[in-house]
Amino acid sequence: MRAPDDLSCQELVELITDHLEDALSADDRARFDRHLATCRHCRAYLDQMRLTIALTGQLSEDDLLGFPRTRGGC
Amino acid sequence: MDDSTDDVLRAPVRKRRGPPSVLDAEGALLAGLRAGDEDAFVALTRRHGGPMLRVARAYVSSHAAAEDVVQETWLAVLRGVDRFDGRSSLKTWLYRILVNRAKTAGQRDRRCVPDPRFSPQDLAGSEPAVGPERFYDVSHPQWAGRWKQPPTPWECSVEDRLVTSEAVGVVGAAINDLPPAQRLVVTLRDVECWTAQEVCSVFGLSETNQRVILHRGRGKVRQRLESDYRTIDRGERESPRRPVVPRVGRADH
Repeated sequence: MRAPDDLSCQELVELITDHLEDALSADDRARFDRHLATCRHCRAYLDQMRLTIALTGQLSEDDLLGFPRTRGGC
Repeated sequence: MDDSTDDVLRAPVRKRRGPPSVLDAEGALLAGLRAGDEDAFVALTRRHGGPMLRVARAYVSSHAAAEDVVQETWLAVLRGVDRFDGRSSLKTWLYRILVNRAKTAGQRDRRCVPDPRFSPQDLAGSEPAVGPERFYDVSHPQWAGRWKQPPTPWECSVEDRLVTSEAVGVVGAAINDLPPAQRLVVTLRDVECWTAQEVCSVFGLSETNQRVILHRGRGKVRQRLESDYRTIDRGERESPRRPVVPRVGRADH
């Protein structure tokens, strides 16, 4: 049973960036960790978000729009 | 979390910083600039030229106009370096000049939509990072707010460089498709590794605003990865592989 104070999965995913930026309040952090400990789907979501960021970090400038090296200007 | 995912998260990030001769310490660059050292100036242009062009491009309607903005910025930097008081970092000072120049140029450029970045839509509203259809409704007697369609598992095997480079290609395409503010913030934070404070300082955003934009942008990129790949694992694809997205930027819009 979910206590009124607990986070839902839907609430947790919207706090994911705050979590990664270390910007959660102490209370939210406790709720966040508590939910994560018992919810494998949310753990999977967090892993996917971390993986997304790691993959983003592997982009080079040439991969990004707005800096076309091989074509003429717009 | 399985080992291969761990590997990706621990893998060193490949960063383009220019040739090994580029000076690293900002202090050395600044001293060089003040002394009129051409090498210092060249090092600065190599380090920041690309990202500056991208930032400028978010404000004006053509690549050529963005190049003009960057050139104007370098002139202003050279003229103004003696007056730079060092209260902010060199980088923050540089980009603030750039953003000011870019905003002015954007306003002069009649084809440009006024201030498309950091619009009220980007800052206000409650657009969730994951669609509500993926959760049980709040009225559900048992599972209110819990996952109805949980995240589709995907694994990225880092030993298979082809697989990882495809995934990175998908990420690049997803970022290119983001609305301008999200594209800028995700690029500066997660590709260029700016700190939150630097982004807030250069663009005049509150920390909360910056986080909201970052949150939405990252959410969309994750969504694209989930949609495009059932499993990005070596040889274990449930659905036919999508064609690899072209890496270089496409025509203007």
